[in-house]
Amino acid sequence: MTFRRTLLAAAALLAAAVAAAPASAQTLRIGLREDPDIMDPTLARTFVGRIVFASLCDKLFDIDKDLNIVPQLATGYRWESPTTLAITIREGVKFHDGEVMDAEAVRYSLNRHLTMQGSFRRGEINAMEKVEVVNPTTVRVTLKVPFAPFLSQLTDRAGMIVSPKAAEAAGAQFGTRPVCAGPFRFVERVAQDRIVVERFADYWDAQNIHLQRIVYQPIPDDTVRLANLQAGSLELVQTIGTNDVAAVQRNNRLRLSMSDELGYQGITINIGNGPRGQTPLGQHAKVRQALDLAIDRATINQVVYNGMFTPTWQAVPPTSPFHVKSLTPPTRDVARARALIREAGVATPVRVMLTVPNNPELRQVGEVIQAMAAEAGFEITLNAMEFASSLQAATRGDFEAYLLAWSGRTDPDGNLWTFVHSRGPQNDGKYANAEVDRLLDAARVETDPAKRVAIYEQMYKLAVVEDRSRLYLWHRKNIVAHTARLTGFVNVPDGLIRVQGLRLAN
Amino acid sequence: MPDGAVITATAAPARGESPARRAWRRLLRHRVAMAGLVVVLLFFAIAIAAPLIAPYDPTRTNWAAIRKPPSAAFWFGTDENGRDILSRVIWGARASLLAGVISVAIALAAGVPIGLTAGFLGGRVDALISRFTDAMLACPFLILAIALAAFLGPSLENAMIAIGISATPIFIRLARGATMAAKVEDYVEAARGLGNPRWRVAVRHILPNIVPPLLVQATLAIASAIIAEASLSFLGLGQQPPAPSWGSMLNTAQRFMEQAPWMAIFPGLSIFVVVLAFNLVGDGLRDALDPRQR
Amino acid sequence: MLPFLARRVGQTIPTLLFVSVLIFGLQQLMPGDPALILAGEERGDPLVLAQIRAELNLDKPIVVQYGIWLWGVVQGDLGFSWRIREPIAGVIAQKLPVTLQLGLMAFVIALVIGIPLGIISAIRKDTPVDWGANAVGLAGLSLPNFWLGIMMILFFSVHLGWLPPSGYVPLTEDWRQSLATTIMPAFVLGSGIAAVFMRHMRSAMLQAMGQDYVRTARAKGLAEKVVILKHALRNALVPVVTLGALELGTLLSGAVLTEQVFTIPGFGKLIVDAVFNRDYPVVQGVVLVTAALYILLNLVADVLYVLINPRLRHA
Repeated sequence: MTFRRTLLAAAALLAAAVAAAPASAQTLRIGLREDPDIMDPTLARTFVGRIVFASLCDKLFDIDKDLNIVPQLATGYRWESPTTLAITIREGVKFHDGEVMDAEAVRYSLNRHLTMQGSFRRGEINAMEKVEVVNPTTVRVTLKVPFAPFLSQLTDRAGMIVSPKAAEAAGAQFGTRPVCAGPFRFVERVAQDRIVVERFADYWDAQNIHLQRIVYQPIPDDTVRLANLQAGSLELVQTIGTNDVAAVQRNNRLRLSMSDELGYQGITINIGNGPRGQTPLGQHAKVRQALDLAIDRATINQVVYNGMFTPTWQAVPPTSPFHVKSLTPPTRDVARARALIREAGVATPVRVMLTVPNNPELRQVGEVIQAMAAEAGFEITLNAMEFASSLQAATRGDFEAYLLAWSGRTDPDGNLWTFVHSRGPQNDGKYANAEVDRLLDAARVETDPAKRVAIYEQMYKLAVVEDRSRLYLWHRKNIVAHTARLTGFVNVPDGLIRVQGLRLAN
Repeated sequence: MPDGAVITATAAPARGESPARRAWRRLLRHRVAMAGLVVVLLFFAIAIAAPLIAPYDPTRTNWAAIRKPPSAAFWFGTDENGRDILSRVIWGARASLLAGVISVAIALAAGVPIGLTAGFLGGRVDALISRFTDAMLACPFLILAIALAAFLGPSLENAMIAIGISATPIFIRLARGATMAAKVEDYVEAARGLGNPRWRVAVRHILPNIVPPLLVQATLAIASAIIAEASLSFLGLGQQPPAPSWGSMLNTAQRFMEQAPWMAIFPGLSIFVVVLAFNLVGDGLRDALDPRQR
Repeated sequence: MLPFLARRVGQTIPTLLFVSVLIFGLQQLMPGDPALILAGEERGDPLVLAQIRAELNLDKPIVVQYGIWLWGVVQGDLGFSWRIREPIAGVIAQKLPVTLQLGLMAFVIALVIGIPLGIISAIRKDTPVDWGANAVGLAGLSLPNFWLGIMMILFFSVHLGWLPPSGYVPLTEDWRQSLATTIMPAFVLGSGIAAVFMRHMRSAMLQAMGQDYVRTARAKGLAEKVVILKHALRNALVPVVTLGALELGTLLSGAVLTEQVFTIPGFGKLIVDAVFNRDYPVVQGVVLVTAALYILLNLVADVLYVLINPRLRHA
């Protein structure tokens, strides 16, 4: 009996050893939702790209799981005046090509972000007037005007420092072989298949790096991505659907980690962007209010997302210090919605075309909203559109209402000014309210967080409560699933996967 | 497909009975084909009578009954929005059968005359048509379909047009090849030698003889068209929600494969049965049209 | 034979030109401005948009864009991907072996399933064996690829743990792993085509069995097996094999949803992602290469026909 048990145990061990053979314990395989775009911090645009950058390129600052700004390649900062920022640089940091990371490299990188042709960082840091090297460990950044979100921009791609030598040599092709100062260095990329990085021995914080290699694999299908984790072909997956949460929780070989995302999902309404803004919905705040009241956020959350998301009425999640606590989402009131439509004096049924991105979950959200709004006197037609077409439609005003998601930024300005200000580059509905503009501008220069929240509260009262320029629906969750063998994972609300402290047991 | 072996040889007309009539009589004797025909007709009847026989409104949601397994109230269970799957399968038959039949009809209507012309005339006309057909065949289906559907606007009708156009080059090739093979047959040479006009030879003598390979291809094409509609729904270019088609139901079900398998089983089964039935009918037709096989 | 071959090879040039014009035209029809997508979150800034358009020649007339692209192709330069900035020739060189391997495996699976089923159902025409063979053959064709694929992943990878659920390992790296990663997608693809082979095989067999020489052979008292294998099968195989060349051509560009589900980094996935990202140089490059391959296979099919039936040589 004992002998048999020993034999069985030995067999099981052998089987485990054989199964584990292809992936050494030092390799972490991460499943991504899509294929990242170019791996150049200045030119990159996608969210998944930021996940890969987390192992390749360190930034001047980072955020922790409570959204505090913490130093990374910088060691500290000091506002010398509202427009002058002194940043001290960490000593003894090397780039992957062996060059020294110093104040000059920081100056070079910030200028590259600001001036390189095709840069996507320009909009994030265009408040910057100049950057000077004070000494090898200090730079001084001068802003054109006071800009409260500036420091938080340096916690993302705009704060990534690249090797000036490599960047000069590669030019626009730098993204095919990025050279930064992160814990891992670039090995190879097979488009749509994998990006491989390996441990950088001279990393400044090397004692916190316990992995040898990371392989990032884009797997777009939710079911298949999770199946890879279940089958042991991946150690961590970036997101899983809320439907699969229960299955992961039941599986004792897997672990689940959730955090509120920094962004939101909502409905953009075309108010002034071309002829399609001339609808009852676009022209009457009361009709928009009726639609808002017809939607039961809690039920949609339950039906589509198994109750896991957080219903909302604003752009910033409750975990952020800039969340306005007094603003809670309205409860459904069909009778009031009908009355509002009557007051607005528009003909029923109110016809609305709702554009939804073509993914199964958001299509279902569209169907649920359609059914709910019908009871209040709306006749909603759904228009499922693939991403490229919908972007163009949104920009050109070829939509009436548009269900969309925003991944979010650390500073609330990135969730609000861009979308609500009349000059905001992503204000697709062309909502314009001079007072709202004034408040958004005021929040940008206000450095006291408490006062900023108060300004945002006033702004929401106009843009959301009164004008219903956009219907905020809910904050999603970053749901990360990984093998129980992986320890040290910290779920930061920005949804990126930080590799410091990760450990993979055999 | 220039394909000598598939082509049926002459149909020497029997006295007192037209070939079509005789084929029909033979088809009636073909039990498997008749079974297939009955199934196809049954599904057509279901599609037409959908408003009368569907137990519920296929788009009526019920948040209290989402993803419920089959029961006495909901024979096929309910979907992610609490809608009755049986009713959706019944209504979905409309979209899917239409998608299959109309798109193949478009492909036949466009492909056969062009292919016949190319094969019969030969020379420069043939070269031009063949190069164009090659180019179309070489273009991946999805590129063509996305461009067309995006240009026309996403809807079931436009998906049918896109599928039909993408299926056309196959029929051109098939008709051309069969025509080329048929026109060197003795009876065609004879008809030509007797001084019949070219179009008359083409329509009267060649067309009937290229029908069997076209039928085999058409039945298979209907099947692929039903599935192509599913793929286009997947890309948001087919049936628009909340109206059902079997394809879009399958796409939705994919998210719940483990939690609610019935959402995938019933539309999947419907596609399978209909596709099979179409093929059985096509098969029987081919036999019935071919006088040599009895 | 040689003049025929020369003529057919010469024909590929106009066909490829046709293809490139078709693709350029289709891209013009498609909504979705590539500059808007490349601009990402900066899409509201006209300056950024103008910059991108200038860099990628999108501000020039379509004819000029086509000319620039064609001139590059003639010089052997397919351009670079707008999205990941890699040269397209390199990307294609990465994907081609993957697609070829998957296509050939699917083709073999389709033949292995389709041909015997077709023969059996022709021999046992109108019996339960025939109906059963029909049902089996058609099952693969009647199930959407993505659906069958996901079912197989759930069953073989998640529940049984036999095969890796997705991804791809090159043959040169580890042939066992390579086969393990491609067998499910190859089966999904092959099962669909098997039905086509099976139907045509059955049809061609019945046809051949009704021909005079088979009847003669039978009348001569040859054993039924010999008649079927030697005479009927040999003649029936001809159209089926040539049809196979066509199907293989479609496989090279048509494995779109299957590659998507199994995350196989081949042509299908490359082109669909490129279309959705409006990465036009990639679309053009891949379509051109697929078209060339497709035409090559067609050429092979045509040569086979002519070898078999010399009467077609001058047609």
